[in-house]
Amino acid sequence: MSYLIQGETGDWEVVVGLEVHAQAITNSKLFSGAPATFGAKPNENVSLVDAAMPGMLPVINEMAIEQAVRTGLGLRAQINKYSVFERKNYFYADLPQGYQISQFQHPIVGEGTVTLDMADGSTHEVGIERLHLEQDAGKSMHDQDPKRSMIDLNRAGVVLMEIVSKPDIRSPEQAGAYVRKLRAILRYLGTCDGNMEEGSMRADVNVSVRPKGSDELRTRAEIKNVNSVRFVMQAVEAEAERQVGVWEDGGEVVQETRLFDPSRGETRSMRSKEFAHDYRYFPDPDLLPVRFDDDFIERIKATLPELPDDKKQRLIDDIGLSAYDAGVLVADQETAAYFEVAAEGRDAKTVANWLTTNLFGALNKMSKAIGESPVSAQHLGELVGLIEDGTISSKIAKDVFDIMLETSQAPGTIVEEKGLKQITDTGAIEAIVDQVIADNPAQADEVRGGNDKAIGWFVGQVMKASQGKANPGQVNGLLRQKLLG
Amino acid sequence: MSDLRDWTIVSAADALTKGEVSSVELTDAFIGAIEAGQSLNAFITETPEIARERAKASDERRKSGDVRGPMDGVPIGMKDLFCTEGVRTTAASRILDNFIPTYESTVSGNLRDAGAVMLGKTNLDEFAMGSANITSYFGTVKNPWTPEGANANLVPGGSSGGSVAAVAGGLAIAATGTDTGGSIRQPASFTGLVGMKPTYGRCSRWGVVAFASSLDQAGPLTRTVEDAAIMLQAMASHDPKDSTSLPLELPDFRAACTRDAKGLRVGIPKEYTLDGMPADIQKLWEQGAQWCKDMGAEVVEVSLPHTKYALPTYYIVAPAEASSNLARYDGVRYGHRVPGDSLDEMYELTRGEGFGAEVQRRVLIGTYVLSAGYYDAYYVKAQQVRTLIAEDFKKVFADVDVLLTPTAPSAAFAEGDKMDDPIAMYLNDVFTVPASLAGLPAISVPGGSDADGLPLGLQLIAGVCQEETLFRAASALEQAANFTARPEVTV
Repeated sequence: MSYLIQGETGDWEVVVGLEVHAQAITNSKLFSGAPATFGAKPNENVSLVDAAMPGMLPVINEMAIEQAVRTGLGLRAQINKYSVFERKNYFYADLPQGYQISQFQHPIVGEGTVTLDMADGSTHEVGIERLHLEQDAGKSMHDQDPKRSMIDLNRAGVVLMEIVSKPDIRSPEQAGAYVRKLRAILRYLGTCDGNMEEGSMRADVNVSVRPKGSDELRTRAEIKNVNSVRFVMQAVEAEAERQVGVWEDGGEVVQETRLFDPSRGETRSMRSKEFAHDYRYFPDPDLLPVRFDDDFIERIKATLPELPDDKKQRLIDDIGLSAYDAGVLVADQETAAYFEVAAEGRDAKTVANWLTTNLFGALNKMSKAIGESPVSAQHLGELVGLIEDGTISSKIAKDVFDIMLETSQAPGTIVEEKGLKQITDTGAIEAIVDQVIADNPAQADEVRGGNDKAIGWFVGQVMKASQGKANPGQVNGLLRQKLLG
Repeated sequence: MSDLRDWTIVSAADALTKGEVSSVELTDAFIGAIEAGQSLNAFITETPEIARERAKASDERRKSGDVRGPMDGVPIGMKDLFCTEGVRTTAASRILDNFIPTYESTVSGNLRDAGAVMLGKTNLDEFAMGSANITSYFGTVKNPWTPEGANANLVPGGSSGGSVAAVAGGLAIAATGTDTGGSIRQPASFTGLVGMKPTYGRCSRWGVVAFASSLDQAGPLTRTVEDAAIMLQAMASHDPKDSTSLPLELPDFRAACTRDAKGLRVGIPKEYTLDGMPADIQKLWEQGAQWCKDMGAEVVEVSLPHTKYALPTYYIVAPAEASSNLARYDGVRYGHRVPGDSLDEMYELTRGEGFGAEVQRRVLIGTYVLSAGYYDAYYVKAQQVRTLIAEDFKKVFADVDVLLTPTAPSAAFAEGDKMDDPIAMYLNDVFTVPASLAGLPAISVPGGSDADGLPLGLQLIAGVCQEETLFRAASALEQAANFTARPEVTV
C-alpha cells in the first residue's frame, strides 16, 4: 500500500527526509549558565555570553553532551567520542554572536535507526544520518512597534539537538509516524519534552518526487520550521503535489527553502538558492573538541529506560498482545506506564482492551490526555480484577466504568454502594427463574415445544429481574434444567 | 619625585615596603605625568579617580599589614582591550566608542585583586590590528623615543602602542599588553622595554575583546625582566570561564629570573636571517649570541624549515577568526549604531562607519579565506602549515632550551612610513608570528640601539610552558646587554 501521486504522465513517488530540531532538557543553555526555561519575560534569561558581549567566551554544558549521547543511544546510533563545535556565520538581529555555534564535520552522534509503527500494524525503518548539538537563536518580534523589530534573547543559546534522517520516508503517513516515534523516544529518554506547540520540537521537511520505479534523487525543497505532526503530513502532501505539477508542466523544481501555510494548505518560497548563505563554517577557536571515553558512554547506557521498541516486543512476547495493541500502548510513555500499572497481576489482554477501547474512547470524548484521566490506572486494574474473580459481569463492569469516569471512585466502592455484586447463590437465582417461568407460561410452553431460541429470551428476563446481577451462566443452566429437564 | 622612568615594580614595591613612598604619592606623580604627557596620546581613557581610590585602599591595607604582594599599590596602564567594569572599553574602535562593560576581565581582575592601581586604559591599534598604533580611532600614539624636532613622530609599534608609550614615557610603571602575532614584543622592542607573551592559555581570554581567539594572549610590558615575571604571576591563572585556559599550577616566575645562563643551550634559527635586514639588527643578534656564549651558554645553529610560511599562515588564520569574532559588533545590542531603513542597511552603515580601514581589510580577508571554494585552499591549508610550524619548534626544543632571534626587522619608524603598504606593515611581525602560531612563550628584551640611538630588542622563545627557562635566559641576557638608555625627551 505504497503512497503514490497520480499525475498526468503516471504515478509519482515522494521522497522525504526530516531534520528535527529538538530542544534538549538541560539545567542551562549550551554555552552559558542562563536558565533554558520556557515562559520567562522577554530577555530575562540572558547571560553576558548569550548577548555576545565583547570578550565573552562559551563553555560547554556537560549535561547537553550527556543528553545528546543518551539520545544517540536511544536512536541505536553510532556515538562519536570525538566531536567538534564549529561556527556557522551569518548576520541576523536575533543571532547575537553573528554566528551560531553548531557541529558540522564532526557531529557527536552518527548513523542510527528509527522503526516506525504504521497504522496497519506494519513497521518501516528510517535511517538516522546524524545528530548534532547547536545553539538556538533568539526571537525577532515584528509586531510590537510600527517601525522597529524587538528581539527576545531568552531562546538564544538554548540547547538544540538537530536530528537528521536519511531520505527513507515515502509518504505523509510515514513522515507523521516518524515525528511521533522520534518524539516518543525522546520523551522516554527524558532528553526533550517534545512539546511542539512551545517550539521545543520543530521539523524542517525535505521533499522531492520521482516517477514510480525510479531510484534517482531529484532536486528537493526544504520546508522550514513545521511545528506539528499534522502540518508535517500536510506539508509533505502539498509540496509533493506541487512538485509533480512542476515536473509535469515541463518545469524544474529548484532547490529552495519554503514555508508551509496551514491556512491555505500550501507551501510557498522563502528564498531560493541564489540568495543562499555561505555560512563559512570553521572550528570554533574558543572551544576545544569534545572528547570522552567508553566509560562515559557506559555510564549513560546504564541509566537508559526501556525504550518503546523493546517495550513493544516485551508486550508481544511475554504478554501476548497483538503488534497493533502493543504499538498503541507504547507510543506514549504515559500510556505505557498507565498500562503497566493497571495490568499488574491482571489479565493483560483484558486490561489492554479496556484501555484502548473504553478509556481511550472516553478520554477522546472529554478531550483529555491520559495524564488527566479521571480513572486511575490502579482503579482500571481493580475493575478488571472484579470481572476476573466473578464479582461483576462484563456488562455491569461497563456501568461501573461509566460511574468511575464521573466520580473517580474505586470500582469496589461503587459495586458495594450500588449493590452490583453478581448473584451466584443458586437458591436466589433459582427463585427468580421459577418466578419468571411461572409468570410466562406461554413462552415456557414454546421452549418445551422445541424452540431453543426462546431460551435466550428467558435469560434476558431473568437478568432484567436480577438487575443484571445474576450470573448469566448459572441462569442459562437453571433455565435449561427446568424447561428442557 | 625622581625621574618616573626609573621606577620598576621591584623598586616601587621596595619603596612602599620601606615606607619611603605611599601608593597615593606614587599614583599622584604618575597622574601628573599623564597630564603632562598628553602629546604621547598613550591613553584613551584616564581613570585618575579610580587610581587614587585604589592607591588609598592599598595604603590602608599596607598599614594594617595586609599586603597582597609586589604589585600592591603599583600604578599601571591597562590596554583598552581588557573589559573593565564601569570603565569605558573601546578596543580603540569607533564601534565601541560608548561601551561601558558591566564586568571585569579575568586578567584585569587578577591585577586589581593583586592590588595594582589602574591609571587608565591605554591606546592601541583598532581591535589590536596593527604594528604601529596608527589604526586607532582615538589617534596615533607617539613613541617617546621620537627625536626632538623630528619631522614626523616615530611610531611606538603595535598593537600595544599606548602601553609601551606610557611605560617608556614614564606615565606608568608597567602596563598590560596583548599579543596575537607580536603585539607585545614588537612594541617593546621599539621602545626599549621588556615585553612578554606567555604560553597560549596561561592568561585567561575571558573579558578580553577578541581579535583572533586561537592566538590572543595577554602579557606584561615592563622595564625589567624581573618586573615581567612579577606581573605575569599576577595576570595568569586557570580560568574555567575560558575553555582554552591551561589547567595548570603556575610556577614561581620571579624565582626563575636567576640571571644565570650557564649550561643553557641556545638555538639560533638560521631561517630568521632575512635578505636586506638592517646591519644593526644583524649585528645585535650576533652580539646576543656572543653574550650567551660569554655567560657559559652553548649556542648552536638550528633549523625551523617552515618559518617562511609563518607570516602568510598568520595572515590567513588571524583574519579568518577576526572576521567571525567581529561579527557581534552589529549595532543591535551595544556600541555604535547608525540607523538604516532595513536591518541590512543598518549593518552596512554601522560597520562601515564603526570599523576603520585596517579592520575592514582584515574582515574582508578573513571572510574571503573562509568562503566556499576557498576554505580548503586557504584556511585548511593554513591550519596544516600551522601544525608543521609547531612541529618544527617541538623538534628544536628537544635539543635546545631557548631560541634567540631579533624581535623585529627594524627599529621604530616614522608615522607615514609603510602606511600605504599593508604588506610592508605586516612584515613587522615576521619574527614574532611563528611563536604565536605555535602558542609558545616568548619575550623581547632590550638589547641595544641602532645607529640613530633607537632601541632594538632581542627575542627569546621557549617551549610550551617553559616560562621558567625563558625568564632565566631573559634575565641573563638583560644583564649582559645592560641597556640603560632612556628617551631624550622628558615628558
